[in-house]
Amino acid sequence: MIALCTAALAFVLRGWLAPLVALAVVGATVAGARLGRSFVPFVLATIPLLISIVLINSFLYPGAHDTVFTIGPFRATGTGLTVAGQASLRILAFALSVAVFALTTPTDDLLADLEQRGLGRRASFVVGAAIQTIPRLAARAGEIADSQRARGLDTQGSLWRRVRGIVPLAAPMISGALSEVEERTMALEARAFSAPNRRATIRPMPDTKLERALRWLLGLATVVLIAATVTGRLALP
Amino acid sequence: MTVLALDGVRYRYAGATDWAIDGLSLEIAAGEVVGICGANDAGKSTLCLVAAGLAPGSIGGQLEGSVLLGGSESRELTPYAAAERCGILFQNAGTQLTGTTATVWEEIAFGPRNVGLDLAAIVERVEWAMSLAQVGHLVDRQPDRLSGGQAQLVALASVLAMRPAILVLDEPTSQLDPAGTRLIGQTLANLARDSGTALLIVEHKTDLLDELCQRVVVVDRGRIVLEGPGPTVLEDARLEGWGVEAPSRVRLSATLRSRDLDPRAVLAEAAGR
Repeated sequence: MIALCTAALAFVLRGWLAPLVALAVVGATVAGARLGRSFVPFVLATIPLLISIVLINSFLYPGAHDTVFTIGPFRATGTGLTVAGQASLRILAFALSVAVFALTTPTDDLLADLEQRGLGRRASFVVGAAIQTIPRLAARAGEIADSQRARGLDTQGSLWRRVRGIVPLAAPMISGALSEVEERTMALEARAFSAPNRRATIRPMPDTKLERALRWLLGLATVVLIAATVTGRLALP
Repeated sequence: MTVLALDGVRYRYAGATDWAIDGLSLEIAAGEVVGICGANDAGKSTLCLVAAGLAPGSIGGQLEGSVLLGGSESRELTPYAAAERCGILFQNAGTQLTGTTATVWEEIAFGPRNVGLDLAAIVERVEWAMSLAQVGHLVDRQPDRLSGGQAQLVALASVLAMRPAILVLDEPTSQLDPAGTRLIGQTLANLARDSGTALLIVEHKTDLLDELCQRVVVVDRGRIVLEGPGPTVLEDARLEGWGVEAPSRVRLSATLRSRDLDPRAVLAEAAGR
């Protein structure tokens, strides 16, 4: 819930304050949850996007003429730098909020909780299977690339060579994935997946009254804050 | 009591012109262990799907003849009703696990939960299946971090937890190393001895069939070409012609005889040493 609220605040609200507050909350959550080093790759992953945002907005912001400095033929404007700074903070706060969610919420717990709250077994299975499929497909792609390389396919080198290498990699990947889906479907049927019965809960998620109250409060405060700012009743710096 | 009865069964896949199974009749009694062998494309895997009610129930195609699962026509059963009468274990352990559970315990509980059992019954079934498949030591492990043999045993326990009267195993050891194959073989032997579950085992590795099966059936081009007690069928000289390799004890005996040695005497001498 914290991640959802900080992501919403950072994404919807303009100005400096909202993304800075969101980043402060994310930072406190990271420290409190002792995420430490596991958080670093997520921060690094945002850097290329942030660099492109800063460069494009600083030097190419349309209609801005308040030049701050020049590099060759390019002029960085004060307006562009301000927009770049705010956009970068918003993107960073949003991305890191999502990262906090990913790192603090095991997929299985999420699915168990969603199902407990009434989400159908098919829907929760689709969510879970989709999440789990990504690493499996990545591993399969690695195996196919290795086996094709062993048969002489050049998957490294020039761009043209790499592009030519995609077809012999993609075809077995897709056909293998489809055949796996068929076998997985039959294996699920063999375990009565399509039975219409309600499933017993085997892993109730801990959820105290205080946690529930805080969650509602946080969600409500976020909605009110966004509504007040968007309608102009509250002006945030 | 008969748990599976196929009578004059023909089946062809959707869009196919040829029958993958062509006039096959077979009965299996409660607690019986039957082995199926044959060359590639003989119709063994199709037989598994038909016996488990998945063909045509889940994959479509055309079925003729009668397939009785626990006395009911399989085409009149829903897939989940058929799953409680006949379990099926495929070759690839990786595709049989749901991929959405955190522990082996939860993976095995997946089926019993689907059929709407209460928590006490689920616990009882999971413990029973884990003890039969001997996977108690894996209970808290993540299913996607198991070895091939361990994953296949967990898949076996997951199907057993449905308490089917008959279990169909489609080349359960084909993707396993010798240690994994031994593990599955021992588990199936215990299962047959202790649980009363009938087993229909499709295997290329005839050593495993020789060890486990009371009856062996040879399938060729969708038809049964030989059927009888395990030792008799697996010693039949025509096996090679149907693309089946005889078990190692049979091949050893043949080699010894071809060199004018008495297999019994040689084996007795080897045992004496």
